[in-house]
Amino acid sequence: MTDPNPRMSLGALLRRPETGSFLGLAAVFVFFWIFGGSNFASPNGAASWLNVAASLGIIAIPIGLLMIAGELDISIGSMVPAGSMTCAIISGHFGLPIVVGIGAALALGAMVGLINGLLVVKTAVPSFIVTLGTLFAVAGLLLGLAVIITGTTSVKLQAGPEAKLLLGHFIGGVFQVTIFWWIAAAAFWAFVLHYSKYGNWILAMGGDKVSARNAGIPTDRVTIILFMCSGMSAAFVGLSQAILYNSAQVSAGQSYIFNAIISVVVGGVLLTGGYGSIFGIVLGTLTFAIVNQGIYYTGFDANWASLIIGILLLVAVLMNNTFRKMALSYAPKKKGAKA
Amino acid sequence: MTASIVSLKGVNKSFGPIDVLHDINLEVRAGEVLCLLGDNGAGKSTLIRLLSGVHQPTSGEILMDGAPVRLTTPREAADRGIATVHQFGGTFPLMSIGRSFFVGVEPTKGWGPFKVFDRKFANEVAVKAVQSFGITRITDGDRLVGGLSGGERQSLAIARAVHFGARVLILDEPTAALGVKQAAHVLRIVNEAKRRGLAVVFITHQVMHAMAVGDHFAVLIRGAVASDFRKGEKTREEITDLMAGGETMATLEASIEGYMASHDGHPPSPAH
Repeated sequence: MTDPNPRMSLGALLRRPETGSFLGLAAVFVFFWIFGGSNFASPNGAASWLNVAASLGIIAIPIGLLMIAGELDISIGSMVPAGSMTCAIISGHFGLPIVVGIGAALALGAMVGLINGLLVVKTAVPSFIVTLGTLFAVAGLLLGLAVIITGTTSVKLQAGPEAKLLLGHFIGGVFQVTIFWWIAAAAFWAFVLHYSKYGNWILAMGGDKVSARNAGIPTDRVTIILFMCSGMSAAFVGLSQAILYNSAQVSAGQSYIFNAIISVVVGGVLLTGGYGSIFGIVLGTLTFAIVNQGIYYTGFDANWASLIIGILLLVAVLMNNTFRKMALSYAPKKKGAKA
Repeated sequence: MTASIVSLKGVNKSFGPIDVLHDINLEVRAGEVLCLLGDNGAGKSTLIRLLSGVHQPTSGEILMDGAPVRLTTPREAADRGIATVHQFGGTFPLMSIGRSFFVGVEPTKGWGPFKVFDRKFANEVAVKAVQSFGITRITDGDRLVGGLSGGERQSLAIARAVHFGARVLILDEPTAALGVKQAAHVLRIVNEAKRRGLAVVFITHQVMHAMAVGDHFAVLIRGAVASDFRKGEKTREEITDLMAGGETMATLEASIEGYMASHDGHPPSPAH
C-alpha cells in the first residue's frame, strides 16, 4: 500500500489528547465564519472572543491540571470576585498602593487554595464537596466583609498607569493585555506538564494516587500546590478585571465554574484524571469563547448559544473517548513490513 | 542452599477479633521461587500485605538478611528491595511506557529550573529493560501502557522492579486473568527473574503454574501454613487436595455428585 511514514505521522497526530478539541475548534470556527460574516474574523470580532478566552483560559489551565491529577476545584467561582474585591477594597477604598492590593488578592487566592488542598489531603473528602464548601464560604465571607468595610457590594478602583498598562490595557484599542498573560501561563504550564518531571507526577497521580505515592511522589504536596495555583489564578483574573473595569462587584464569577470545566473537557482532559494536555485546554477554551461570542455575529438569537455549547460538550466528550481508544490500541507496525 | 533474604518468624495477624494469620514461619531465598498456594480467603493477600508494608504483623517478626525489620509503609518495603506487582501490572494505563517506567524517579536533562524529562532516555531504558526479559514485541516507549496485553503489562512491571534494584519480587496472582499463552509468557519471566538471583514470592491458586516455576511451596489453609515442602516432594494431586482444604478432591467430587443427584441437577444457590 502507501509509504508507511506519512501514515505513521498522521496516526501519531490522531492519537494526541488534543486532536478532538482541534477538530471541534476548526468546525466551530468555520461555522461562525460562514454565518457570522466578515465581522466575526475581523480584529474587533476576534478581540471579542479572544478577550473572553484569555480570562477564562488563565483559570481553565490550573483547573485542567487539577482534573488531570484527579481533583476538581469549583471554589474559583468565588475566588474571581474575591480577588477583584480584595484588590479594590485595599487599593481603591483604603487607597493603598496597587501593588499591595494585587499582593493581597494573590495571597488570599493562595490561602484559599491551601485550605482546599489541606482539607482534601487530610480528610479524603472528595474535592468537589470540599471546594463546594469553600465556594459558598468565600462568597459569604466576601459579601459580609464588603458590606461591613465599605457599606456597599461594589467598590471603585482607579489604578495607576503602570498597573493599567500591565493588567488593564487594550492593545490596539480592542485586545485585552490579559491575552498575553494567558499565552505566558499556557507556555509555563505546558513546560511543567509536558517537559518537567512534575508533569509526570501529575499524570501518575491522576492515573493511580496510591501507586504514585508508593513510587515516591509527594502526592499531598503536589495536590496542595495545584489547589494554590488554581486559587491564585482565579484571584489574578479577578484583580485584573477590577483594574480593567475600574470597579469590582461581589457577585461576578459563578459562570467561571462551568465555563472552565467545559473548556477543560472539550480540550480532551479525562474527567477521571490521568490524561490531557495544556494545548488541548487552550483549544477547548478558544472553542468555548468562539461559541459564546460568535453567536452575536450571526443572525441567530443569542439564546441558542447555550444549546450549541451543550451539544458541543457532548460531541467533544464522545470524540475524545474515540481518540483515547485509538491511542490505547495503537501498536507500531513491524519494521520493514508493508503497512 | 543460599541464605534467606526475608523470613517470617511466628507471625500472627488479626483484624480486631478476627484472626487472619496464625503462626506463619516462612523463608524466601535468593534465586528461589516460593509459591504461596491457597484457596480464596486463606490469608494469601494478608500475607503479601505484611511483606509489602501495607499491614504490620500483630505479633511475631519479619527478618531481612537475618535482622528484624518493621515495614511500616509500602515505600519502606520498596526501599528495602521488596517490590510487589499486582494482578494487572501497570497501574497507569494512560501513561506511556517510558513515562510510567520512571514514575517518581524521572530522568532529566538540562540545567536549573529548565530541567526537562528525558523522554528519549526513558523510552530507551524502559524498552531495553522489557526486551531483556524476552518481550521483544515492545519496541516503542511512547506506547500507552493500557494498550499492552495483560502479560506484557506484567512483564513491564516486573522489569521495572528489577531495574530499580528489587531483591524480592512479590507477584500477586500474575497469571489469574491471563490466557494460556500469556501465562506461559509471565512464567518465563518469573524464571528469568529467578535466574538473575531474585527471590520470588509467587501467589497463585493454579497448581500447574506453581509447579512450572516453584522451588518451594507453602499451602495456606484458614490462615495457617498447612504444608511446606520443596519441589518434587508432592504430586500435583496431593497439592490440589491440600488446597481444597485437606479434603481429597475425590471426596469433594463425590459429594458434589451426591448433591446434584439429590437436587435434580440444580446447583446450590450462591452463599452470599
